[in-house]
Amino acid sequence: MSTPTQSTLSRLRWAASDVATMAQRNLMAVVRIPSALVFVIIQPVMFVLLFRYVFGGAITAPGTSYVNFLIPGILVQTTVFGAVGTAIGLAEDLQRGLIERFRALPMARMAVLGGRTIADLARNILILVVITIVGFGVGFRPEGGVVAYLQASFVMLFFSYCVSWGFAYIGLAAPNSETAQAMTFPLVFPITFASSIFVPVQTMPGWLQVFARNQPVSQAAESVRGLMLGVPHGNSTWITMAWALLALVTLAPLATRRYRRAA
Amino acid sequence: MTQLAIQARDIVRTFRNGEVRALDGVSLNVPVGQVFGLLGPNGSGKTTMVRILATILSPDSGSATVDGKDVVKQADAVRRSIGLAGQYATVDENLTGFENIRMVARLNHMDKASATARAHELLAQFSLTDAANRTAKTYSGGMRRRLDLAAALVAKPPVLFLDEPTTGLDPQSRQDLWEIIEGLVATGVTVLLTTQYLEEADRLATQLVVLDKGKIIAEGTPASLKAQLGTTVVAVTFENSQAAHEHLGLIRDLTANEPNVDGAIVQLTVNSGPQVAAEVIRRLDTAGVLVAGLALREPSLDDVFLNLTGHKAEDAVAVPTEEPATRKKGRR
Repeated sequence: MSTPTQSTLSRLRWAASDVATMAQRNLMAVVRIPSALVFVIIQPVMFVLLFRYVFGGAITAPGTSYVNFLIPGILVQTTVFGAVGTAIGLAEDLQRGLIERFRALPMARMAVLGGRTIADLARNILILVVITIVGFGVGFRPEGGVVAYLQASFVMLFFSYCVSWGFAYIGLAAPNSETAQAMTFPLVFPITFASSIFVPVQTMPGWLQVFARNQPVSQAAESVRGLMLGVPHGNSTWITMAWALLALVTLAPLATRRYRRAA
Repeated sequence: MTQLAIQARDIVRTFRNGEVRALDGVSLNVPVGQVFGLLGPNGSGKTTMVRILATILSPDSGSATVDGKDVVKQADAVRRSIGLAGQYATVDENLTGFENIRMVARLNHMDKASATARAHELLAQFSLTDAANRTAKTYSGGMRRRLDLAAALVAKPPVLFLDEPTTGLDPQSRQDLWEIIEGLVATGVTVLLTTQYLEEADRLATQLVVLDKGKIIAEGTPASLKAQLGTTVVAVTFENSQAAHEHLGLIRDLTANEPNVDGAIVQLTVNSGPQVAAEVIRRLDTAGVLVAGLALREPSLDDVFLNLTGHKAEDAVAVPTEEPATRKKGRR
């Protein structure tokens, strides 16, 4: 039953419980809505197959096979695409009045956003596993070793977790889920395609290279790729972590503030 | 003095930088253990009032307590004393009935075993046991409202907010919900009910206030309000609107209130419907005026409004904030 004692410890315990409850709720939606499952699992697999077998033959990767170049990139791309679901889901909750209902409950204030981003993290772990398996099936042979693979996974998951907060903010700011989707598209497209995810940036025109080389998604792709393949990747890991931390400390408070005002 | 479950003083709430005054100095005193009705059309401020009392919105000025706790300063304590359900039946469509209630129970900080037990108990109480493992998406309108109400009752709150709980429901589902609400009040729960239906307020509420454009324009018991308004509407349909205007004079004096002329239909709000109807027929027949139709009906909210304010309920400016589904832009 509800405990009126509000010691810091019990507050924290219940906040964690609320986050878990909300995360569970969001993950159920992925399982229950077939289109969500398609979005999460099928789409990245399609991207792997598309780039591995259709476009891949025309792309030359420096120093390795194209499939080795591709898979780490797809991992980063999928988590950015997946974050669109966060924006849409939150906009929908707001539209349907669910957020309003949560606000009238004695639950931790941060649990709606905390639960949503934790659910994203769980989804991204699933994607990591699926793409790794599919990747091996289509010839992906990372040579960085297990420890480096785990390091790369950590970089990818942390980066995507921070990206989720940015998309959470968009979802809360959008007037409805359709607009949330429309707002994220012009953002997601350039940062994933004008990047080093699918092709080496050297083939792009000079002006585009400047953007493509330095933007955070490319840095994340460079870092994950470098670690997985065991090749030099400059400072990209540190730059990625810096971007991610910067996003977290700016966007998480922004989204939280937006949440307080929303509904 | 009677103990108050809800007390509100001069609540003011504006939207769009003060352009829309959704609530303009509303005060309420709701005694413990009764149904208190907030009657008004869309845009009158009913939902805004409920959202403020449920700690979802904060008032621009004024103060309120629910179950003795301040809605702004002790919002978390208020949230442990209230349940909220209503028109929009905000259940998670992707979860089953059981999962919905269990989720709300967990968010009310019940342990897992108690949450599960309470969910089963409520599903049985609201005749949803058979549908417990179906997603709420597959529920009918009536079932969704019952699930929504069940979720609101998870923590056995002493104060329940019901925001237009039967709007859009079929008559049978409405009847069922009314019986459920009456059962709840019998257990000592205080209910703040908003409704557009005079019939609903009449059936359920011990006391009520009528809201119009964010202000209370009438208050009292349903009986006193109806006595003030007349209990029956006599609707006379003439051949056309010209005939209605021409012959209005023949029957105007039969009502103490101003007759409502809408095209070819003249409506009189009276206390003794059948007698007035007979008198209408007698007079019009004597004058040789043809009548296309004559009907007696219960006064609707429109009639209440016409009589209290001189304007129809639909004339009230619809404030978008009445719809949780509509988001406010430009609010800072």
